[in-house]
Amino acid sequence: MGVHHQIIVVGSGLSGLRAALEAKKNGLDVAIISRVQPVRSHSIAAQGGINAALGNASEDSTNSHAFDTVKGSDFLADQDAVEVMTQEAPGIVYEMEHWGTPFSRTKDGKIAQRPFGGAAFPRTCYATDITGHALLHTMCERSVYEGIKVYEESLLLSVVRSDNSVCGIITLNIKTGEIESFSADSVIIATGGYGRIYGNSTNAIINTGSGMAFPYMTASVPLKDLEFVQFHPTTLYGTNILMTEGARGEGGYLRNKNGDRFMKNYTPNVMELAPRDIVARSIQTEINEGRGFDNAYVHLDLTHLGREKIAERLPGIRDICIYFAGLDPVEKPIPIQPGQHYSMGGIACNKDCETEVSGLYAAGESACVSVHGGNRLGGNSLLDTIVFGKRAGHYAAIYLKSKPKKDCTTAIDAELKRVKAKVNALENSTGKENPSKIRSELKAMMVTNAGVFRDKAKLEAGVVKIKELKERYKTIHLLSKSKKFNLDLLRNLELEGKLVLAEVILKGALMREESRGSHFRTDFPTRDDAKFLKHTIAYHTEDGPKLEYRDVNISKFTPEARKY
Amino acid sequence: MITFKIERFDPDVDREPRFQTYSVADNKEMSVLEALFYILENLDGSLSFRYSCRGAVCGSCAMHINGRNRLACQTLIKTLNSKTITVSPLPHQKIIKDLVVDMDNFFEKYEKIKPYLINHSVEPEKERLQSIKEREKIDEMVNCILCGACYSACTMSALDGKFLGPAALTKAYRFYADSRDTAKKERAEIVDSEHGIFRCHTLFNCSEVCPKKIVPTYSIQKLKGAVAKKRLS
Repeated sequence: MGVHHQIIVVGSGLSGLRAALEAKKNGLDVAIISRVQPVRSHSIAAQGGINAALGNASEDSTNSHAFDTVKGSDFLADQDAVEVMTQEAPGIVYEMEHWGTPFSRTKDGKIAQRPFGGAAFPRTCYATDITGHALLHTMCERSVYEGIKVYEESLLLSVVRSDNSVCGIITLNIKTGEIESFSADSVIIATGGYGRIYGNSTNAIINTGSGMAFPYMTASVPLKDLEFVQFHPTTLYGTNILMTEGARGEGGYLRNKNGDRFMKNYTPNVMELAPRDIVARSIQTEINEGRGFDNAYVHLDLTHLGREKIAERLPGIRDICIYFAGLDPVEKPIPIQPGQHYSMGGIACNKDCETEVSGLYAAGESACVSVHGGNRLGGNSLLDTIVFGKRAGHYAAIYLKSKPKKDCTTAIDAELKRVKAKVNALENSTGKENPSKIRSELKAMMVTNAGVFRDKAKLEAGVVKIKELKERYKTIHLLSKSKKFNLDLLRNLELEGKLVLAEVILKGALMREESRGSHFRTDFPTRDDAKFLKHTIAYHTEDGPKLEYRDVNISKFTPEARKY
Repeated sequence: MITFKIERFDPDVDREPRFQTYSVADNKEMSVLEALFYILENLDGSLSFRYSCRGAVCGSCAMHINGRNRLACQTLIKTLNSKTITVSPLPHQKIIKDLVVDMDNFFEKYEKIKPYLINHSVEPEKERLQSIKEREKIDEMVNCILCGACYSACTMSALDGKFLGPAALTKAYRFYADSRDTAKKERAEIVDSEHGIFRCHTLFNCSEVCPKKIVPTYSIQKLKGAVAKKRLS
């Protein structure tokens, strides 16, 4: 039956590592299965910072952080979960500091904080513009200290369940090409987002969403709110590499081709520091109405900040511009456009990271707790990963103490056999379709049909296209038979998951006839609380997702019109 | 057209590495990593290489490109100024397949230097204070992405399989120089070993190739100075 660990964490970004550390602290036998070596995880790419009401730059409170988060979410976030996240934020940031994170500092030696969109105070703690890097390295360092076992370069292919509880997982060992099984009393999914379903994403290429798709397909774990896709306003034109919100936090301007700071026409009070969904729509409107450059981008102008400030606060941004766009932002404005950035939705779970399957937990971007609702504020994702990673480890450990003994051998062996047969069939497929074409058509379609602006016709056309792509996927052929590091096999297994998730996004967006947060329907431009102050829950069926709605947890903050 | 000469090796099948040639349309805005994906999708599905962020922050795609260790994602074809681009795996490393090398040795050395902050004093309720000046001392070192380009370029690492190497030693200095770390003596002892800092012959190969413009030689020299001071006192 392969290897056994009490707890298996899938994913080695910030939430996965934090979950494993918490399980280990509880004296449990824990191991991580990861698609990459831990420092290669996508958490590394976060730039701007992590929110916590430390009050180092001005007065602040966890209550204010909670309100800003709920308002930013367009009232779709579960307020009990937001309460947990915002109250734990200062402790989490101090813990990371104690573990060694090299935060930037104030004059009196405290952790520095900068303003971010949608926040009432400068609340975002940062390490220049490599905050994700600084935190992920610290977390990896801590996992070395604690001796956390990591199985690197393995792709999750199945979550095995028997009755209503989890039994373990099946993986593809990328290095050897073997299909392997791991049994576990508890499994924590922390595999990040699905950005690479979209053609214009800030995400790492490894972010294909298979860590959401395969639990959904194989263990019938429902997904929540997948139609809420965050488009970051400022991604580098061409490669869509992230240009941190910190650039606007430090005083950067957005200008259209006439040189106008156009945000004055959308959110005059907060200008460039409006939340991401609003800034992304404003930029896209400028482009759509002919005020962008080459009908494709606007400028992020940092030139007035000066060489010294850019060197001190945004050195990584400067390097990216020099290497990838051949320009120095000290001298020239940066061409930027909105791009897919983050998934507010994910595996449905509660504030204790529990899913509907006993023993199965989820955290970070692959989960939907939900603290971000319809739109995530900048600086809240790094916070989410660590707070809920820790909580997933904690509640998985509690679960283990009362877990009834059960034999999973049969279930795992049967699933191992099924997955082996499936992979074998894919390896030997003789269809005519080149899967690369399916992948690129999917990416282009998602940008056009499920992008910043949506409507019924586009979404319906998207659903039709997905059906076609799913049919064509059945007739693909692999380009390689090699055993070790077979990227062709790996990427086509991931492609199946992408198609499944894309369908959930499209159908959820089609059914939600309102505009809320990042989900903007031009044919239904207002928020409709009477009908849609609800979470979308998607269950997997062979004919596509079965969708239903579930109430949002509202406690302190009554929904009101969202104005900035 | 640009000609890509790519080193291929599958230890299960091949006796020794060989070069295979591919033609890729001359798109100068393309990075070497994008070209590898183009080859994978259109010309040869059996090519293996590592990737993750494509934005020069994760360190996955370090390889030997036109005579120098670089990140494939960060290297735009136009900056190479060449009609032929030769790509090999990181030198002196065991090849798993094609451009994918075994990084176990590299990370074993990283683990040897105790790559974590050590401070056994009672943790304060809030942050440990650190002045802007103190933080500046580690500014460069914390940028290391552990890609292994320096390690693979280091002559001493190639000659002495046990030499800690530039990346691990840079990490060691990152903690040694951190005002919050209290294990200076312990760290000095780890790097002042038979295969430690004094095996560095200051050739600067590491500093020359670092894609993040870090100078490991600086960290190593600082450690040498600290150890010398300790020995003399």
